[in-house]
Amino acid sequence: MTALATPPAADSLLTARRGGRRQLKNSIATVLVYLSFAVALVPLGWLLWSVLSKGLHAMTRNGWFTHSQRNLTYRDPGGGAYHAIVGTVEQVFLCTAIAVPISLLVAVYLVEYGTGRLARLTTFMVDILTGIPSIVAALFIYAVFIGAFGGQRAGWLVSLALVMLMIPVIVRTTEEMLKLVPNELREAAYALGVPKWKTILRIVVPTALTGILTGIILGIARVAGETAPLLILVGYGPSINTNLFSGFQGALPSMINAETLNLSSGGTYGLVNGHVQLIHNYAVDRVWGAALTLIIIVMGLNLLARLIARFSKVNR
Amino acid sequence: MPDRNFSTRDTDTRDTDDRGARRRPDTSARPTADLENQENGVPDGPGKPELSPPPQLREVTVGSAEPLAVSSGPVAVSGAAPSLVAGGRRRIGDRVLAMLTAGSGAFIVALIALVAIFLLSQAIPSIARDHANFLFARQFSVRSEPLRFGVLDLLWVTVISSVLALLIAVPIAVGIALFITQYAPTSIRKGVAYLIDLLAAIPSIIYGIWGIYVLAPHLVGVQRALYHLDFIPLFADKGVDTGSIFDAALVLAVMILPIITAIARDVFVRTPDHHIEAAWALGATRWEMIRMAVLPYGRPGVISGAMLGLGRALGETIAVLLILSKPPEGAPFTASVFNGGQTFASIIGLNMQEANGKLETGAYIAAGLVLFVLTFAVNATARAIVNRRKEFV
Amino acid sequence: MAKRIEAKNLNIYYGKFLAVENVNLTIAPRSVTAFIGPSGCGKSTVLRTINRMHEVIAGATVQGEVLLDGENIYASEIDPVNVRRTIGMVFQRPNPFPTMSIYDNVVAGLKLAGKPKRGELDTVVERSLRGANLWEEVKDRLDKPGAGLSGGQQQRLCIARAIAVEPQVLLMDEPCSALDPISTLAIEDLIQTLKEKYTIVIVTHNMQQAARVSERTAFFNLAGIGKPGQLVEIDDTQKIFSNPTERRTEDYISGRFG
Repeated sequence: MTALATPPAADSLLTARRGGRRQLKNSIATVLVYLSFAVALVPLGWLLWSVLSKGLHAMTRNGWFTHSQRNLTYRDPGGGAYHAIVGTVEQVFLCTAIAVPISLLVAVYLVEYGTGRLARLTTFMVDILTGIPSIVAALFIYAVFIGAFGGQRAGWLVSLALVMLMIPVIVRTTEEMLKLVPNELREAAYALGVPKWKTILRIVVPTALTGILTGIILGIARVAGETAPLLILVGYGPSINTNLFSGFQGALPSMINAETLNLSSGGTYGLVNGHVQLIHNYAVDRVWGAALTLIIIVMGLNLLARLIARFSKVNR
Repeated sequence: MPDRNFSTRDTDTRDTDDRGARRRPDTSARPTADLENQENGVPDGPGKPELSPPPQLREVTVGSAEPLAVSSGPVAVSGAAPSLVAGGRRRIGDRVLAMLTAGSGAFIVALIALVAIFLLSQAIPSIARDHANFLFARQFSVRSEPLRFGVLDLLWVTVISSVLALLIAVPIAVGIALFITQYAPTSIRKGVAYLIDLLAAIPSIIYGIWGIYVLAPHLVGVQRALYHLDFIPLFADKGVDTGSIFDAALVLAVMILPIITAIARDVFVRTPDHHIEAAWALGATRWEMIRMAVLPYGRPGVISGAMLGLGRALGETIAVLLILSKPPEGAPFTASVFNGGQTFASIIGLNMQEANGKLETGAYIAAGLVLFVLTFAVNATARAIVNRRKEFV
Repeated sequence: MAKRIEAKNLNIYYGKFLAVENVNLTIAPRSVTAFIGPSGCGKSTVLRTINRMHEVIAGATVQGEVLLDGENIYASEIDPVNVRRTIGMVFQRPNPFPTMSIYDNVVAGLKLAGKPKRGELDTVVERSLRGANLWEEVKDRLDKPGAGLSGGQQQRLCIARAIAVEPQVLLMDEPCSALDPISTLAIEDLIQTLKEKYTIVIVTHNMQQAARVSERTAFFNLAGIGKPGQLVEIDDTQKIFSNPTERRTEDYISGRFG
């Protein structure tokens, strides 16, 4: 394919005879294509730079990782994101513990047992799950546990909604990894007289393991940043709450959201380094600090996934 | 040496082979439990017929004198020879795993059905008590009875913001995909692809705060300039300088860019070599080759990718919630993209943060149902396009 | 104690499609039989029915009988997994398990198919690797990954893995076609040693190999275009290659088609 990306060597002869119009169109197209790449980079760089520059101050202040926002208003400096980090970690952990076993079983079903109506139906439903917006998943959990069963808002409901968002991601990546395992390995095991279930659990899955792990980490990175379930399934609380099953619980995305509501609560505008900024309102710092914390976690997980993938290739 | 009853068929009657290892016992039919059953702790099943008369059973003593003896043979556990007799038509382990995995599949199917059922069951009471036309009314007052809510405004804002985002994102995505697959030197292709994929990793709430607090203020100038075009009602000035549908659409465009780019990349790379070669051989320029070979082949894929991006944009909640300014209650309808508004997702996200009455909640769940149907239709279209192409490739 | 193999009225199906019809043959224990014939005529398919690997493919079935020392392995009460434990198979492309070391690869059949006595694994490993003529080359790196060997070594590792469970029969499906000539020679020599313990059936598309290695040869061919494969002739190798009974065999041997 790459060899065909460049035109044959006799180009210069032809160019001389080619019409100027055709060449002009070609040049314009080239410029536009390069431009589109540059255009895409601009928001990426700008966003990352904004979050970094605005959030670094809050994150590097003493106590960001050990304190919560308890008893602090937008007027009071200090505090940290500990409550939010704890909440996010707990909710995501519960979600992963539920979603991963189910997803692995579904993927194994689709790849190793996958003929027949149930399999076709299942893969269709996984497709549908992929397309469900996070707010709809959250509404479903609300309708079941709060609407129908009259429960209370709490962190574990967020985990359930996240499960619905995580399952399709892990099912599809695991499927792909299992399909990559050469059929010859399965045949070698069968020919040795290994039963099918042992072949799957002791040969096929371990061979695909690093790929599956990568998929799981990427799934975690995706759900860690979801906000919609946090809006409607649990109340935000500025204090540390490690109980997933009752009470308000903070999480990083909802902390960001909560602090944005404080941005209009007060403070004054003043000149800082030549820019007009909101001062005496510490919610500004907290919004961007929490945002930076969240981005670092998500990017870190992505990087981890890549490293694992690269490490396994070296090992092979 | 213990005497033994060898079957006198074509088997070797020596009891050790050249290397001094004890020979494996003759595996004639044996009516007793075979290895797999022993392994699983399952006793003999019923109906294990003898397979050949007469059964030649020979026990091999464990711990013989030969140095390399592997006592009863490596596969046997307690000196009993393995037989071919079944350990149950399907092994326990196989049955368990098959049931577990099939059960998980069935669970997923049931889950989707439950989503429909529960959402409907909560939404229908509210729709039944709706004094306004659910599909065509513009207001959404559900705090108290009489309920008057309709989704027309929501539909408009959701669709126009997503479509606008699509119009912006698709050409750029195609351009980037072409860049990666046709123009960029091989060494930087992976790096470029990685950078674009990075856009997908950023959580949407961060897009939201960046969109409203950093980007929108910078776009005021652009918006104001476009007000000059207000002979087109789309560009009318509604006094909303930041927090307009335009701002939201731009941010949505950045958010859906990586999805469309990834799919476009994938399909451009698969363009058959012989199509490309044919174009080169005709003396085409690079752009002409792309127009003749790559784009036509890639069109269904790009459309499918665009549909997926559209679905993503339709369902986005927090970014839109943070960016769009809420128009006052009862404001007249305007087609301008420089107005604020609410989408399905943002109105639900905004209003369901506290405990509400059942009817009020039901109204928002009804809105969520419409969103579900909308995204389902869009995603189904995307899948249909891909599947139709599969028949031809 | 290698087993005698008999096939009686064997018809092999992929779904409704009859791939091979009416195979009848007998293979004596501790001999090497070669299956030859043009591609697609069913020789691998027939081989795979001997250890019930054919039915691993969805929808694939078999009619007729295959007897191991008189026992029909297709009887309804027989568990295919048990059949496969008494028959070893070596495939065309070497396929050591990539997540396991050389040591673990050799004993994989033992560990996964049954519970061997702990202390004997070392013995088994050495015996099998010696039997596959690989011991001297790998004895110092038994814990290195199995996939790190050369193609010929990997194939010998697969042979060691197959004989570690002490099967009655060894089936080899074009074991040398992915190997270089020197490795091929090594494996052919190995087969001559192995035949003293096992009944060996080897599928090969290389007639010279069949002539070198086997005592008996079975020639398979398609009955016609779109027709099922069949066993045309089975006889002593000497006879097949010098003076075959069937015209079609002679045509194939002399290269008139193939």
